[in-house]
Amino acid sequence: MSTATPTAPQRRSATAAASNYIDERTSLSVFVKELGRKAFPDHWSFLLGEVALFSFVVVLITGTFLTFFFQASMAEVEYDGSYVPLKGVEMSVAMASTLDISFDIRGGLFVRQMHHWGALLFVAAIGLHMLRVFFTGAFRKPRELNWVIGFTMFILAMGEGFTGYSLPDDLLSGNGLRIIDGMIKGIPLIGTWTSFLLFGGEFPGTAIVGRLYSLHILLLPALLVALVAVHLLFVVVHKHTHYAAPGRTQQNAVGPPILPIYAAKAGGFFFIVFGVLALIASMFTINPIWNYGPYDPSPVSAGTQPDWYIGFADGALRLIPPGWEFVWLDRTWSFNILVPLIALGLFILLVVSYPFIEAFVTGDKREHHIADRPRNAPTRTAIGAAGVTFYAGLWAAASSDILATHFRLTMEGVIHALQAVVLIGPFIAYFIAKRVCLALQKKDREIVLHGYESGRIVKLPGGEFIEVHQPLDEYDRWKLVSYETNQPLMLRPNDRGKITVAQKIRAGMSRWFFEDRIAPVTKGELEASHHSSQH
Amino acid sequence: MNRSKRRTGRRHPLATVALLALGLVFTGGAYAAFSTGTAQAEAAPNSQETIDEGSKLFQANCATCHGLDAQGTANGPSLIGVGAAAVDFQVGTGRMPMQMSGPQAEKKPVQFTDEQVKQLAYYVASLGPGPDIPADSLVNGGGDAANGAELFRINCAMCHNVAGAGGALTEGKFAPPLTDVTGVHIYEAMVTGPQNMPVFNDLNISPEDKRDIITYLQYVQDNRSPGGFELGSLGPVAEGLFIWIFGLGAIVAITVWITAKSN
Repeated sequence: MSTATPTAPQRRSATAAASNYIDERTSLSVFVKELGRKAFPDHWSFLLGEVALFSFVVVLITGTFLTFFFQASMAEVEYDGSYVPLKGVEMSVAMASTLDISFDIRGGLFVRQMHHWGALLFVAAIGLHMLRVFFTGAFRKPRELNWVIGFTMFILAMGEGFTGYSLPDDLLSGNGLRIIDGMIKGIPLIGTWTSFLLFGGEFPGTAIVGRLYSLHILLLPALLVALVAVHLLFVVVHKHTHYAAPGRTQQNAVGPPILPIYAAKAGGFFFIVFGVLALIASMFTINPIWNYGPYDPSPVSAGTQPDWYIGFADGALRLIPPGWEFVWLDRTWSFNILVPLIALGLFILLVVSYPFIEAFVTGDKREHHIADRPRNAPTRTAIGAAGVTFYAGLWAAASSDILATHFRLTMEGVIHALQAVVLIGPFIAYFIAKRVCLALQKKDREIVLHGYESGRIVKLPGGEFIEVHQPLDEYDRWKLVSYETNQPLMLRPNDRGKITVAQKIRAGMSRWFFEDRIAPVTKGELEASHHSSQH
Repeated sequence: MNRSKRRTGRRHPLATVALLALGLVFTGGAYAAFSTGTAQAEAAPNSQETIDEGSKLFQANCATCHGLDAQGTANGPSLIGVGAAAVDFQVGTGRMPMQMSGPQAEKKPVQFTDEQVKQLAYYVASLGPGPDIPADSLVNGGGDAANGAELFRINCAMCHNVAGAGGALTEGKFAPPLTDVTGVHIYEAMVTGPQNMPVFNDLNISPEDKRDIITYLQYVQDNRSPGGFELGSLGPVAEGLFIWIFGLGAIVAITVWITAKSN
């Protein structure tokens, strides 16, 4: 029987055949159709999260290379590699293998430096991305959970960084671990035992590098990858936020589709990030462990600091005045350690729960897909500025000794100044930021109502000089008028005729948030101003 | 007709100047050769002549603070027994004579010639026994760098940083960077403990170990980092600053470029 199949009467290209083959077996076209048509709004600040993702990928790739050669063992060996000033020195296998990666494995130093620089960029990009999300209010419903996931990843990334920093078992990493050990031991009751548990006995022991290695290459990356997946899934589910412009609403997302434009851009951007990191890694030394030498509990180098993202914790320890340690009930109570631990814990808790706090204050249950301009949410922006100042003060304190030598100051002066920055600075930053936001909003109102100054001076027939104000075009005006202001909540008794404490708190906070506000220009005001300017 | 080739029989107008210059060069050169010759003869250590010259220099430049007989005043310590090494370090690095009072005497351009520094050193050495200027074999970097590096990390790095980049002390004092200090001065600093530095005597760190430390520091001075620019060897602070300003700065510039609207 020679019956021709009814389908495929014409010849098809190899690509079409291949994609058909795959599609018939996986139904992939459903995803391509769905995802490929997703719009991704275009703004530079929307790419910061991608920078974090891409540098994470770079770190994963380079890290895999390093695992081929790194040996996470604290057994003692005599170094016999090519770096002369360490020849014959006793060190752990971890340190020796890291030196081998740096000096005796082709391309090893480059990959090691790229791994470390990539890690620094990873956490820095997360930080900047979080600031963007915070200041534009992109954490509001429905994205609160994604904020929590993102923040968890920030903490995990710091954990990744710190465990990685501790692996080479050089002097710097050992000093860092000693500080962590001290902080753990400072916790009352459970501190000492927790430290013993972590280090497998008294510090430094012979177990810690292997344990940190398991965390560094297995547990933490697995958690991070899983959370990255959920984070991105949420971005797809929620759609990306966009800035106010004509045609952009709370219901849509306006931008080029993922396929082909956005995918091409993002794909290219990955290689740019890769390239920038490769360039930095090839030109700038990072963590020269050959200078630090093997870990030995007695020496501590001047200028010993953690990597930048742990700096705020180190700074907090440095800023505590002397004498906060006392003996009570036959136990030493180290408030010089407990206070920073508690303060940082509260700070982290505040940041992670901010979306819920703001939602409680506004009582707003709507979804928000249009990102705020920071000036249009003055109190939030001011709170953010206060938080940034607090963090920056602690962060700067971690480099107090470098600040002292390089700006020719006294160490005590630097410490006292930074203590003031951390304690008083946030309040100053809050008020300045809030005033600046309100002033910028006033300026926006002014521009919408009266146009911008054109610089053209006209002499009227009566001899009067006026400057011509050019009205805004509709597109520019849209950005300036389309925002919402919240009124402070009115206290009203509930159906049982009572005013609850929670309501009082909410009303108080709402007053704090929204007492000072500049309302956007309304249509009526705009028409009135046009009307008057024609006379 | 070529006017420029016409001989006038007169000297070139600049001939006098040239002759004068030639004469000056010869006399000056001859004098310089003569005087250095005598200087070398004079620099013989501990000769009475050297000490006398040193004494004169001392009266003129140091006695205001250290006293006419180097016995010390309210403004400066006694120099009896500090030895030639202390003077060679303090004066030879420009720290003395001190420019102004401050948390510590700072390095500045050296005010005396090498010969004068030696004269001062031997004058002070003649007042009482103290550490001498080290022999060349101890400071020429011929020791064991690995041993030196280990000793440096244990004894020196807490103030001077593991790579000798310097570090902060209290009240505005600081441990200076060791990146361009000569072997002699490092040795002298170790045996005399200038400014806020402790003394590392020969029982504490033997002369051979001191030689090894100098060997290590010279290794670091001569061999730049295999990883590229060192960013001042300051550690994670410099690295963090670099990634935020240049790394993230470059990346943000690129994001702005990528999302820029085409015209």
